[in-house]
Amino acid sequence: MRLSRLSRTGLAVLSAFVVLFLLGPLLVIVLFAFDKSNVQSLPIKHWTTHWFAVAFDDPAVRSALWLSVKAGIAATAIALILGTLVAFGIHRFRFFGRDTISLMLVLPIALPGIVTGLALQSAFNITHIDLSIYTIVVGHATFCMVVVFNNVVARLRRTSTSLIEASSDLGAGPVQTFRMVTLPMLKTAIIAGGLLAFALSFDEVIVTTFTAGAQNTLPLWIFGAILRGQELPEVNAVVVFVLLLTIIPIAYAARISSGEGMFGSSRSN
Amino acid sequence: MWFLVVYIASLVALLVTAFFSVNSLTGNIIYQWTWANFSQIFTQSVYGSIILRTLIMALLVTVTDAVIALPFAFFIAKIAQRRVRQAFLALVFLPLWASYLARVYAWINILSNHGVLPDFERHLGLPITNVAYTNTAMWIVFSYLWLPFMIVPIYGAFERVPDSFLEASSDLGAGSWFTFRRVLFPLILPGVVAGSIFTFSLTLGDFITPLLIGGANSNFIGNAIYDSAINGGDLPFAAALAFVSIAIMAVYLFLARAAGAFDAI
Repeated sequence: MRLSRLSRTGLAVLSAFVVLFLLGPLLVIVLFAFDKSNVQSLPIKHWTTHWFAVAFDDPAVRSALWLSVKAGIAATAIALILGTLVAFGIHRFRFFGRDTISLMLVLPIALPGIVTGLALQSAFNITHIDLSIYTIVVGHATFCMVVVFNNVVARLRRTSTSLIEASSDLGAGPVQTFRMVTLPMLKTAIIAGGLLAFALSFDEVIVTTFTAGAQNTLPLWIFGAILRGQELPEVNAVVVFVLLLTIIPIAYAARISSGEGMFGSSRSN
Repeated sequence: MWFLVVYIASLVALLVTAFFSVNSLTGNIIYQWTWANFSQIFTQSVYGSIILRTLIMALLVTVTDAVIALPFAFFIAKIAQRRVRQAFLALVFLPLWASYLARVYAWINILSNHGVLPDFERHLGLPITNVAYTNTAMWIVFSYLWLPFMIVPIYGAFERVPDSFLEASSDLGAGSWFTFRRVLFPLILPGVVAGSIFTFSLTLGDFITPLLIGGANSNFIGNAIYDSAINGGDLPFAAALAFVSIAIMAVYLFLARAAGAFDAI
């Protein structure tokens, strides 16, 4: 397909606008967090980091942050163990129901997050389990596990089994092979999966709404504060903090795993 | 495997709950089979219009994102040089994974009456767009939120088309529009459908954006679920509503599968 110079330039300009459209709003939110005024507007006249201090001193924000961190770490830990094991099982063995399990792993993505959230709430209700940090962790672990699974499976597909065979031919036992060959091969994929899982968990609102009960995670606090329309400058600062805490692990994960498995997994909300 | 069991068991619990009811005095759930929730959804016109509104918005957003994503993905896959391609791809991945709430909140700051956009227009003396808290605002924000989910599979589909196909087509005398329509588009269609699964499913399940961005008459299925489950304490009715969205998604996935989209994910 030979495109004229004009249409090439046209496409380039259009694409630049798309990138601007994608990034502009993020830029606005970051700038506003440093605006001294109570009512944010551009151009910013007085810069300040005051709102970050206000947010950090707020006990409601602090306890929400602490809950988010605890839930995120626990969900990530569960997801790392189960996601890696399932990836191994699916990749290594052919067994009855294997395709069904692969399909089920897509479900938390293909179904809207609100369905996952409500389904869990119904299950907790029927089994009379009270909503607590444990129910939040279970909810987050469902989609975190999918992320880890996708990362590890993508890596397993790209590595050949001949290295593992070579290791056992050279006399290594299964444990030694796992420790010295398999694990180093998968290490970055597992770490990247864990980072992505934590970032997702730290920002999740929809599943959390249905599994948190009366407590607030940081995203729930933000959601509530925007709904009430109060403390908005403080919300700005918290939002930028969450933005950073999601972007940094993701950028690092993309770097160490060169982007594999990053899309297929996707967010689940 | 254990966790999948929990997940599937929860879906079953959801289905079962949809057939229970709530005692209006005590607010306790009555564990007895009834079709009342479903008949309420299908007889009360308010739920019909909520479902219709959600579907129209999901379709509108899907089409909008496809229209933006197609030329963009074509540019980065087939025209841009390696460096530009990598930079642009990274810039698409960033908002894909960055905080959802932050991105919604940014648009409140942009569209609200004293937001960035009206301010900017006032500054230049342009007519002021007043879209805050309307369906138009929701359309913009949803299209923004899910755009990366559409770009990435379409980009993947473009990348898998060998350049030689395009050369062959033009060597055989086809113009670039003809080549796009008859050679390129059929090859990337599964990518478009794959992207649309995400945009459709995500719009279907959202209640945050309608609450924060939409106005008075902007209830979605998600909002109806949220209201009954969280504010109304009527978990069975919420479960019945959730089943409506599962059914819609099932139909959509079935159609997508017929179009061969599953090979493209």
